[in-house]
Amino acid sequence: MSTLTVPAGSAGGSLGTAASSASGAPGTGSLVELRGVSKWYGNVVAVNDITMSLGPGVTGLLGPNGAGKTTVLHMMAGFLPPSRGEVLVGGEPAWRNPSVYSRLGIVVEREAVHSFLSGWDFVLASAKLHRLRNPEAAARRAIELVDMVEPMHRRMGTYSKGMRQRMRVAAALVHDPAVLLLDEPFNGMDPRQRLHMMELLHTMGDSGRTVLFSSHILEEVEQISGTVQVIVAGRLAASGDFRTIRRLMTHRPHVFTIRSSDDRRLAVALMGRASVAGIDIDPKGGLTVRASDYGTFTRELPKIALAERIRVQRLVPADESLESVFSYLVGA
Amino acid sequence: MTTLTPLSTPTARLQGRLALFNPTIARITTRALFGRLRFLLLLPLPLIVVGLALLTNAVGVPAEDWLSAVVLGLGLTVVLPVLALIIGNGVLGTEIDDGTLAHVLAKPLPRREIVLSKLAVAVGVTAVTTGVPLALTGLIAGSGSLALGLAAGSLVGALAYCSLFAALSLLTRRPVLVGLAYILIWESLLQNILDGTRVLSVYQYVLTVVDRVSGSPLVSSNLSLAVSLSMAFIFTAGFTLLAIDRLRSFSVVGETS
Repeated sequence: MSTLTVPAGSAGGSLGTAASSASGAPGTGSLVELRGVSKWYGNVVAVNDITMSLGPGVTGLLGPNGAGKTTVLHMMAGFLPPSRGEVLVGGEPAWRNPSVYSRLGIVVEREAVHSFLSGWDFVLASAKLHRLRNPEAAARRAIELVDMVEPMHRRMGTYSKGMRQRMRVAAALVHDPAVLLLDEPFNGMDPRQRLHMMELLHTMGDSGRTVLFSSHILEEVEQISGTVQVIVAGRLAASGDFRTIRRLMTHRPHVFTIRSSDDRRLAVALMGRASVAGIDIDPKGGLTVRASDYGTFTRELPKIALAERIRVQRLVPADESLESVFSYLVGA
Repeated sequence: MTTLTPLSTPTARLQGRLALFNPTIARITTRALFGRLRFLLLLPLPLIVVGLALLTNAVGVPAEDWLSAVVLGLGLTVVLPVLALIIGNGVLGTEIDDGTLAHVLAKPLPRREIVLSKLAVAVGVTAVTTGVPLALTGLIAGSGSLALGLAAGSLVGALAYCSLFAALSLLTRRPVLVGLAYILIWESLLQNILDGTRVLSVYQYVLTVVDRVSGSPLVSSNLSLAVSLSMAFIFTAGFTLLAIDRLRSFSVVGETS
């Protein structure tokens, strides 16, 4: 966990205090549970028999576009009924049960806000709708957490995408929820905002909250989360510690195309290596190498080339799309 | 399993369980409504009715001649239902379309409170924007009781129409189209052909109320006051309950699905 944890910034202290004074220390245990959950629309299966449980800390929900991440999040938020199975938040069904929202906050992907409201009005309205004891203080605290105090009295229509996103996060955590769900929260954020948001999610996770965020970008999940749930084509493809999954990804078979100063000699040298499963020589020049282990191969290639005094002119991974990584994980 | 205490107070939560009206929802709904072009474009519609009444009255046309064409024919059969359609759909349907409803849905509020608050805004705005101008035409016609009758009719119409059109927002993806079909086909066309449909027409309830409250010889209606009022009540209550039930099971889908 230590390598993945971003140190809590100044925001952390204020959240921690507010949390412990307001709602007591949240305990451990799983707050969000999916039991054999499927969701279909007509003939289209969006989510296929997913069972997962989320405990305190930050979890990344990773998967390519269209994999069913939003459907899973919306079912957790009580926005959609599961076609089969059970979705529980704090032990209660999420569907047709508005009382779960006193413990749960969600930031949906669709960034619809009333553009005539100022950020302050928007977050304050959220606090009032939650019937908080002191809505002004809660709104102020939430806006401070997302670092939006300075522009908070401007109309939301004038905000950038990243600013609107942060205000929506503030509105979702104004009641200090035990569970926070975020659908693609880093979309439209610049690197500084991204870093700040990552710190905020970490702080919430470290203080015992259950934070689940979805992303189709591997690096986002890598930087933020120790635990991941990978969804591919509606199925839970992998689940657990990010490093384990990362290792699976590093040791996956892979195809590269190489151009060098002497393709044939390089092919001979590579053939003897355990990390290479097969080589095709293209008559027009170039090699197609099937590596059995991505990590080892990419480390070995430069050494071999150096020893053989062959200049590698081009090294292109042939199937380096996120989809191919994910589909490998489904098989693993 | 952990239990977590929400930040709200127990009394606040108790109030929440009993609440029928939420001022925060009503305020934002009203601001959103008055910020919409579609609504602002239709807002002068009742003024046209007043203008026509003033004009015909000024050139010396007797009230019994212009009243049925201008006030009943235009005001009650077109202006009132069309404004109620745009407003009733505007408080709920447009927020479903643009996705802003999700913010309200993700709150621990009884769905009844959300629907009733939005309906209160719709009924209030419809009753004022149509009732006041129509009452004015009654005064132009020289009858205080007619003004009162038209105001009362507008209120009854606002209640029944708004709950019908708000419920339509949750029942169909094309609520404005279905609403227009109801107004133009059911209320206008079929009632001229089939007498039996009258008992299922909001326009007839409104007309009856205007007739009976004003006692004016210029207005004649087809239903009894008791039937009209109870049918208007059934319409209002039925569609409101339907809207609440549909909102409880309302699915929020993502942009891609």
